[in-house]
Amino acid sequence: MSQLNHEKATITERRRFLSLMAQSVGLSALGGLVWTGYIEEAKASPLILRPPGALYENDFMRLCIKCGQCVEACPYDTLRLAVPGENKPLGTPFFIPREIPCHMCTDIPCVPVCPTGALNKSSVSSIKEGKEKLDIFKAKMGLAVVDTESCIAFWGIQCDACYRACPVMDSAIKLEYRRNTRTGKHAYLIPIVSSDTCTGCGLCERACVTEKAAIHVLPNEVAQGKLGAHYIKGWEKADEKRLENVSQEVTTHTKRSEKKVEDYLNSGEDLFK
Amino acid sequence: MSLSRRDFLKTTAAASAAAAVGISVPSELKAASEHAEAGWRWDKAVCRFCGTGCGIMVATKEGKIVAVKGDPAAPVNRGLNCIKGYFNAKIMYGADRLKQPLLRVNDKGEFDKKGQFKPVSWKRAFDEMEKHIKAAFKAGGPEAIGVFGSGQYTIQEGYAAAKLMKAGFRANGIDPNARHCMASAVVGFMQTFGIDEPAGCYDDIELTDTIVTWGANMAEMHPILWSRVSDRKLTAPDRVKVVNLSTYTHRCSDLADLEIIFSPSTDLAIWNYIAREIVYNHPEAIDWDFVKKNIVFATGFANIGYGMRTEAEAKKLGYSAKELEIIKKEDAKVISEKEAPGLAHLGVKAGDLMEMKNADKAILHWEISFEDFKKALEPYTLDYVAKIAKGDPNESLDAYKAKLKQLADLYIEKNRKVVSFWTMGFNQHQRGTWVNEQSYMVHFLLGKQAKPGEGAFSLTGQPSACGTAREVGTFTHRLPADMDVSIPKHREISEKIWNLPAGTLNPMGYQHIMNIHRQIESGKIKFAWVNVCNPYQDSANANHWIKAARELDNFIVCSDAYPGISAKVSDLILPSAMIYEKWGSYGNAERRTQHWRQQVLPVGDAMSDTWQWVELSKRFTIADVWGEQTIKGGKLPSVIEAAKAMGYKETDTLFDVLFANSYFKSFKAKDAIGEGFDNTEVFGDSRGVAGSDGKEWKGYGFFIQKAIWEEYRKFGLGHGHDLADFDTYHKVRGLKWPVVDGKETQWRFNAKYDPYAAKENNGDFAFYGTFAKALKKGNLQKPTTEETFPLKNKAKIFFRPYMDPCEMPDKEYDTWLCTGRVLEHWHSGTMTMRVPELYRAVPEALCYMHPSDAEAKGFKQGDLIWVESRRGSVKARVETRGRNRTPRGLVFVPWFDEKVFINKVCLDATCPLSKQTDYKKCAVKLYKA
Repeated sequence: MSQLNHEKATITERRRFLSLMAQSVGLSALGGLVWTGYIEEAKASPLILRPPGALYENDFMRLCIKCGQCVEACPYDTLRLAVPGENKPLGTPFFIPREIPCHMCTDIPCVPVCPTGALNKSSVSSIKEGKEKLDIFKAKMGLAVVDTESCIAFWGIQCDACYRACPVMDSAIKLEYRRNTRTGKHAYLIPIVSSDTCTGCGLCERACVTEKAAIHVLPNEVAQGKLGAHYIKGWEKADEKRLENVSQEVTTHTKRSEKKVEDYLNSGEDLFK
Repeated sequence: MSLSRRDFLKTTAAASAAAAVGISVPSELKAASEHAEAGWRWDKAVCRFCGTGCGIMVATKEGKIVAVKGDPAAPVNRGLNCIKGYFNAKIMYGADRLKQPLLRVNDKGEFDKKGQFKPVSWKRAFDEMEKHIKAAFKAGGPEAIGVFGSGQYTIQEGYAAAKLMKAGFRANGIDPNARHCMASAVVGFMQTFGIDEPAGCYDDIELTDTIVTWGANMAEMHPILWSRVSDRKLTAPDRVKVVNLSTYTHRCSDLADLEIIFSPSTDLAIWNYIAREIVYNHPEAIDWDFVKKNIVFATGFANIGYGMRTEAEAKKLGYSAKELEIIKKEDAKVISEKEAPGLAHLGVKAGDLMEMKNADKAILHWEISFEDFKKALEPYTLDYVAKIAKGDPNESLDAYKAKLKQLADLYIEKNRKVVSFWTMGFNQHQRGTWVNEQSYMVHFLLGKQAKPGEGAFSLTGQPSACGTAREVGTFTHRLPADMDVSIPKHREISEKIWNLPAGTLNPMGYQHIMNIHRQIESGKIKFAWVNVCNPYQDSANANHWIKAARELDNFIVCSDAYPGISAKVSDLILPSAMIYEKWGSYGNAERRTQHWRQQVLPVGDAMSDTWQWVELSKRFTIADVWGEQTIKGGKLPSVIEAAKAMGYKETDTLFDVLFANSYFKSFKAKDAIGEGFDNTEVFGDSRGVAGSDGKEWKGYGFFIQKAIWEEYRKFGLGHGHDLADFDTYHKVRGLKWPVVDGKETQWRFNAKYDPYAAKENNGDFAFYGTFAKALKKGNLQKPTTEETFPLKNKAKIFFRPYMDPCEMPDKEYDTWLCTGRVLEHWHSGTMTMRVPELYRAVPEALCYMHPSDAEAKGFKQGDLIWVESRRGSVKARVETRGRNRTPRGLVFVPWFDEKVFINKVCLDATCPLSKQTDYKKCAVKLYKA
């Protein structure tokens, strides 16, 4: 964090460069020449991490006008605009947590400045005393995922650097205590990430002490699986919540069921041979 | 199989606990390193960092350390490490390692206090040191020399330093940074047991039912021990209770069944509440058999000041009016409403003036009756204590009372084993010695001390605070093996072992580390040498000491591996070899001594601190330093004639006398233990470094590390400090002293486990320490007899009252400041801030504060704010959601980061008994930067 420049009034040279770049990228679309060269980079990118409040990637790409105002507003230089060669949609804002994570400013300066709603204020707000208030803890920039083979906590090393770096400590990352039967007298303190509260800020990824981070943030759509609502945990009342918006369209389809009943019943000469 | 999973877990737990505890003498482990395993070599060593003392194995390849692994055979850590230990292989190769001596010079190359650092030869460096030490001697005698020593010295380095200072220069102005770390624990041990260091050992963790941490963030500061605590909790989650007492919520609270947040310093009151609960409400819990046989009750004076300068001194030196507001309490203070009830035994009330007339008698204590002890505890009711101790304004008083009661119940519960752990929260305390003593008070009353799984256990911060600072005696007042320079018999024993004329040793041991700073400031100390520490970053009220070093007529030398604040402040910088670049040994918090060999050659022209001290000894003859000298309160006689009578010549150097004598030379350079390993001190090395005489360094030609060890252990043999011989330690994974007949000792003072206790024939226990074992008798105010009464084999239960710290938040400075550490960084960060992974993990020290305080002051998370006290100010970033959760009214700022130089803000008040600085409390104001 020593590289932080907290004086917001000063526009750093880097940011000036980036915003100029973004504008020229926009303009160059007219020229066609540069544009075609980077056509791949203009597409929605499934692995990119966006600022807080960003809409789902496809919607975000439709609305983001690459103005760079969110980048300007970021006091930590976390946000950058993609430049040619980065293999990311040109001119769009993103961040690389291992380099500079999102510091989760409580006033989320990057979001209200977005002119198009590509960064959606209400998705990072909660209602307090009848008023909508910015709430960075609602951000879903991504989800931290632990590689249990390279995470040294799983060896029994007393690390938990990610846990201590987590701004939603004891919720987004919890420690699970397990006995180390090899030594007979030590415990493993294992970091466990909860998708409910992880914002994807990446402070954990930056703090991770392995050569390449053993905990890294992925966009939620990439990182997470999805459960059907047909089975509810019998041991957890709250799990019933998943039934709230359940669809009544419950017909199932498999290869086995694709024939109409009569077609099935009336076919099958082979069976009677 | 009908064995359920739960039963299975239980049996494995029992089996592993037995395995954990049962090793009294580690089996002789393969000492010979495994050579040539695919081109690298593994050899055993010990972790560089904290007092836990984890064993590691070091892999060397082509002269560089390339990897480490936790040593699976090490009983402390069984192959595990924390993340600092994980990076031991990376600490030595920072790009800015100091590689040659650097001197401040002018354009002509002459020394100039205002000059720029330029590389010089080792010869030039020693020429300058010699010149300035001789000038200091001339100006002020032996007391004009100061040494900032260390709990991170290897045992050999500390011994060489202490020997040259005390036996050579007859100077006691050497004191380790362990003064800032362990001194209150030391004085607590000496006062209570008459001998230093814990009765128990880490095996207590596996054997206890209750772990209470008092001002000890073990989860971050002793992670491997904390993982043992965690495991103990997992083995019996219902039975085992963990309690965390602290002034803010930290990581130990995660595991704790009970968290008690107390207002700074009121741990004194909480202990008295527990004692009162025992004495008044649960007298049946008192182990009278134990108490009657082994204990006397004692107390001392309360009006002992706060270890600061006096107002007159400070005024003379130009301290600011703001500073004087606090400093004047060194002379007298008005008793507050908060502390008055707890001082009832003195017959005082709120508003009375307490004159600090007994500041120089802080250490004095006398025997009192149990009835007086009981009477003194009377005011420490649950109501009073809960009211003053509740540290979180958001917590209800009733809830807090219930917690205190629960804590007392856990201690009192029959058949419940309890271990109390503490570190800096107790020791860095204006009444640090008192609060150490109080822990033994409760454990003794209940008979829960010096037994497996039961006892008050002082954890250690530094890797060799025990091994070097305490056992070797690099404190100003100490000699090896707990001996004291003020005791004639101890000087005599030491003079005999060191082969010195009678009367050589200086009896005045008062130049503790804050005094060294203060005497540099007042111009008394003219030459100071920094060894293995960073006193200009780690000392409270740092502005004063930096100014004194830079602006006064003195010469400051700093030996270090990396450039830090102390190097920057100095006049001469010497490049030091790091841990695995030299032979050495450390002693950890459970009395375990561990040795290692030199694994690689030092980087650049760096040389070990042992070598630096021994080379310096060549520059002084007996005639230079053994004549009559002036010291505080009198003269040291000349011992030159006596020396001649012993066969010394006036022209003999201190090197000849202390290090190259016939005893040292009897340790042959060629030794099986050293085969295949470098030994730069003994043989020189392939670097061909130009030594202190300008010629290529070719080595001493005798096994100096072994010679030092074997001479050193003479001090403790037969006196309860027995250490094994040098060779043994190279075969085992450390041994817990006293090592008697090749067997280590797990629980001292307990006749079942400690041969010294058994020898006393005093029943189950014998507290055989000999310090302060004859006391006057008296009442709660003062001693009333002239006669003293012997206390052979007894320990003491002290009554100590609650007192306010000398600086507390007020209208202007409205917030408590507490400093401390983070897991990722070691002390001032000179090593760990150069490990890229650790630097990235925590690049900056933050100001941890309560979100409501931040909001009330208009700060946002991440805002840069000023933290300002009467002494100085620093900028730090607000952190309201981090690892440390402070209650309203208190902020926590770690001190590892030289850019967030928090010691400029801290107050240099100390425990008046131990002289250890209180870094845990002063008053600050906060405002936006």
